[in-house]
Amino acid sequence: MSLTSNTGEREQLAYIAAKAADSRVNVEIETEGMTLNIGPQHPATHGTLRIIAKLDGEQVISADPVMGYMHRGYEKLTEVRTYPQVTTLVNRIDWLGSFANEVPFILAAEKLMEVEAPPRAKWIRTILFEMSRISNNLLGLGDMAAQLGAVTPVFYAFRDREYVLNQVEAVTGGRFHPNFDRIGGLKDDLPAGWIESSKDAMVKMAAACDELETLVMGNEIFMARTRGIGIIPAEVGLEYGLSGANIRASGVDWDLRRDAPDGMAYDEVDWKVWTHPDGDSFARFWVRLQEMREGVKIVNQLLDSIPSGPVMAKVPRIIKVPEGEAYVETENPLGVMGYYVVSQGDLVPFRVKIRSASFNNVAVVPWVLKGVYVPDIISILASLYFILGDIDR
Amino acid sequence: MADTATEEPDAPPPSDDLREALLADFVGHLGDGIADSHLKPGDDLWIRVNPDAWGAAAETLRHKMGCQFFDFVSAIDWMPSPYGREMDAEVDTILAAANVEVEAAEAAPIVQGYAGGETRFQVFGRAINVVDKWGITIKADVPEDTLSVPTWINTYPGAAWHEREVHEMFGVSFDGNVDMRKLYLPTDFEGYPMRKDFPLLARRVKPWPGIVDVEGMPGDDDEEEAAESATEGASE
Amino acid sequence: MSTSLLAVELAYWSETTLRVIGGLVAILLPAGGLVYVYLFKMMSFMQSRLGPMEAGPYGSMQLLAEVGKWLQKEDIVPAKADRQVFMLAPFVVLISTFLLILVLPFGPDAWFVDLDTGIYFAMAVSSVSVIGILMAGWGSSSKYSLLGGIRAAGQLIAYELPMVLAVLGVVIQAGTLNMNEIVFAQANGEIFGIDLIGNPYILTQFVGFALFMVAIQAELTQPPFDMPVAESELVAGYLTEYSGLRFLLFFIGEFATAGVFSGIAAVLFLGGWYVPGLAPEHDLYNVLGPLVLMGKIFLISGLIFWFRFTYPRFREDQLQRLAWKYLIPIALLNIVATGVLKVVF
Repeated sequence: MSLTSNTGEREQLAYIAAKAADSRVNVEIETEGMTLNIGPQHPATHGTLRIIAKLDGEQVISADPVMGYMHRGYEKLTEVRTYPQVTTLVNRIDWLGSFANEVPFILAAEKLMEVEAPPRAKWIRTILFEMSRISNNLLGLGDMAAQLGAVTPVFYAFRDREYVLNQVEAVTGGRFHPNFDRIGGLKDDLPAGWIESSKDAMVKMAAACDELETLVMGNEIFMARTRGIGIIPAEVGLEYGLSGANIRASGVDWDLRRDAPDGMAYDEVDWKVWTHPDGDSFARFWVRLQEMREGVKIVNQLLDSIPSGPVMAKVPRIIKVPEGEAYVETENPLGVMGYYVVSQGDLVPFRVKIRSASFNNVAVVPWVLKGVYVPDIISILASLYFILGDIDR
Repeated sequence: MADTATEEPDAPPPSDDLREALLADFVGHLGDGIADSHLKPGDDLWIRVNPDAWGAAAETLRHKMGCQFFDFVSAIDWMPSPYGREMDAEVDTILAAANVEVEAAEAAPIVQGYAGGETRFQVFGRAINVVDKWGITIKADVPEDTLSVPTWINTYPGAAWHEREVHEMFGVSFDGNVDMRKLYLPTDFEGYPMRKDFPLLARRVKPWPGIVDVEGMPGDDDEEEAAESATEGASE
Repeated sequence: MSTSLLAVELAYWSETTLRVIGGLVAILLPAGGLVYVYLFKMMSFMQSRLGPMEAGPYGSMQLLAEVGKWLQKEDIVPAKADRQVFMLAPFVVLISTFLLILVLPFGPDAWFVDLDTGIYFAMAVSSVSVIGILMAGWGSSSKYSLLGGIRAAGQLIAYELPMVLAVLGVVIQAGTLNMNEIVFAQANGEIFGIDLIGNPYILTQFVGFALFMVAIQAELTQPPFDMPVAESELVAGYLTEYSGLRFLLFFIGEFATAGVFSGIAAVLFLGGWYVPGLAPEHDLYNVLGPLVLMGKIFLISGLIFWFRFTYPRFREDQLQRLAWKYLIPIALLNIVATGVLKVVF
């Protein structure tokens, strides 16, 4: 393997040895490993990720993800688009949390231009951001159950997700690609009656959380399949750049919504950062579920306290961003997403580095898949919850 | 379990003292390796290190300053695009300079960003201290002759894929990272797409209408102002 | 169905023809019914959708449409597959199902073959499908198929044992291996001297029933024991490379076997074709019996499919652990307890 880390490798070897001791009976028989291509077309990778797994029986000796089947070159494309046009591109990165993709880029551009969105815009931004998270997490939770063989919960997830997507659509006109965030504010104000209908949707979301919890999380087989599987220690996770719910499931209390809330309204509401000490697949599922609950709480509070006023600050019609560099990252549904924007005073960014969450989250896959069984590949991948667009950009 | 809750009072912008202390700390650890630095109060800290100290900078961050979280590694090509800044003019410059080859680039000077620099390519990376909630962006020039800098993977294993991406996109290699297969691009792809002199073919074939497209919105009474600011912008 | 029912002597060829037709009906009718009722409708309703609604009233003709679709599809054999083995595999699986139905009694005189070792025979031939699945897994020359086939073999062998041991309790209590006699034993039995409903062995052999249900769930490779075909891991396991008619045969085999195993469970634990209130020797059972049995088959299949649509799947090693560490010891204890109680009472 190419990924050689002194600390990581040692722990991994110890881990494999422990695994082998109680599971491998034919340890003295040297057999030739089998190479199994999982993907690019495979039901479990929800997208076109390919994992070349070397197997000894059903045990994984090494796993090497291969990506790029969906690479669209957004970093290059942003260099020939004006700042407002970039949002159209970037909300295709993580297509399930689309609005959330736009926010960090807009915040970076706002930082360079030294404009600030009016409070109402911040509120609506945060609401839509959390709605992205809710719809994204909901699908992730349902999908994880489906990957473990329970076919039913994912249908409930798809059904309930519509309530949120309808709300997003009512504001932005797009279910998946809102392209609603603007430098200095938002494209439009909320439609009439939206706050009430959103509250109804949030009631349904809270019910969906409870339903998933009783349907999936309490299940003995689900526990057996996820508890103690795919453990990522906090240190290893951090060194691989694991972020979001995945790293909070390893006990790292770090959430950019709380720790860097600039440009958003998170510090105006009462909520909680959930962590789990275990770091296994179950913990990741659990944290994601709790974050969805928190999301409902945040949206409800914001809907109550939404200030009046304009949704757009004064910005010039033709946006020229002054020279400089800015890096803004936000806590997106999949993890930390950041845009490093370099401007040379043009209409177009000089360079945009997109730090997407899934790319780093999947980077840990070769480490964590060593020594597990083939079925656990699937449950671990599902618990890490990545979106291919977010890996390949 | 986290019980840290949330409601921070109107988060005051992180004081400059914090970042100045960080800079001093970093200088203390790395010493001569540091070439330049840039501190934007309340925002971020950029430190440019010498190419040889690129690897040591990561170790300093990880082991001496507690930046456990690896954020990213990337690179930047500071050469202005030889094809012009296409969105900068009302007529796509390429239409005018269709036959002008790369020598157009020679005229435009290379202007490096924060923390300066001397070379066309720079690598930059970032790591975050998740306990004290701050991050530092490290930059380094990439020597023109070797186009390589030390690797970060011994400190941050997560950097492996980032370095592969930088390698295929910019042609910058990393000493010590042997796995330099293509990450995104097809194996037989030639060229380094993120370099500024790599043409974006779609744009070459069909120029982007760009700025010409911008129209006033219906019911917009600030059109004059907008036009004013546009001309201002153009004249700058 | 059987010669005795018609009360006329038939030539050997016509008797054989009748039996073949009867066998096909007995296999396909429950299979089709299970697919429609449970796979198409119950699963859809559980997943908040309607299921097929276009073909026929309430989608009832969907099954025919599906069969037509599969028949039309090209029968693809992978280039590197072991051709004969690959093509033969679905038939081997199906043969096991047909052999199983042979010993299933539908009424006091309605049966295909009245074997004195009926249940023993059933347990034996049910293992034949393992060979077919292994053939499919190996013959496809696909890694997914191979993994699926090997998983299936390990799983089916592991669960044969608790299944047989669970049946032993019933056999001890009934004192016979003949399946029809087991029905009679239940029909004529009594519970502490009260013979209102006979003595369906689910009451005394509830441990055996639970074990048997778990075991056939695994034998049928239904979730939570569907690792051999786990669609999210192995694409479709040993079925990955199959298409057209051969896939259809596997599909029929899966549901027909579900029906037959439910039938065996009904015979062993629910009194088979017997309904309380009508003396088991009554001739009406030769007509009523198949219907009663069908009802009980649907009842038990309902359980099987309910679990199928609800549970996530185990991992291979957890499945083996369940079989060897829990099911088999419990089954052995059950046998001991049954034997002791049999002697005591």
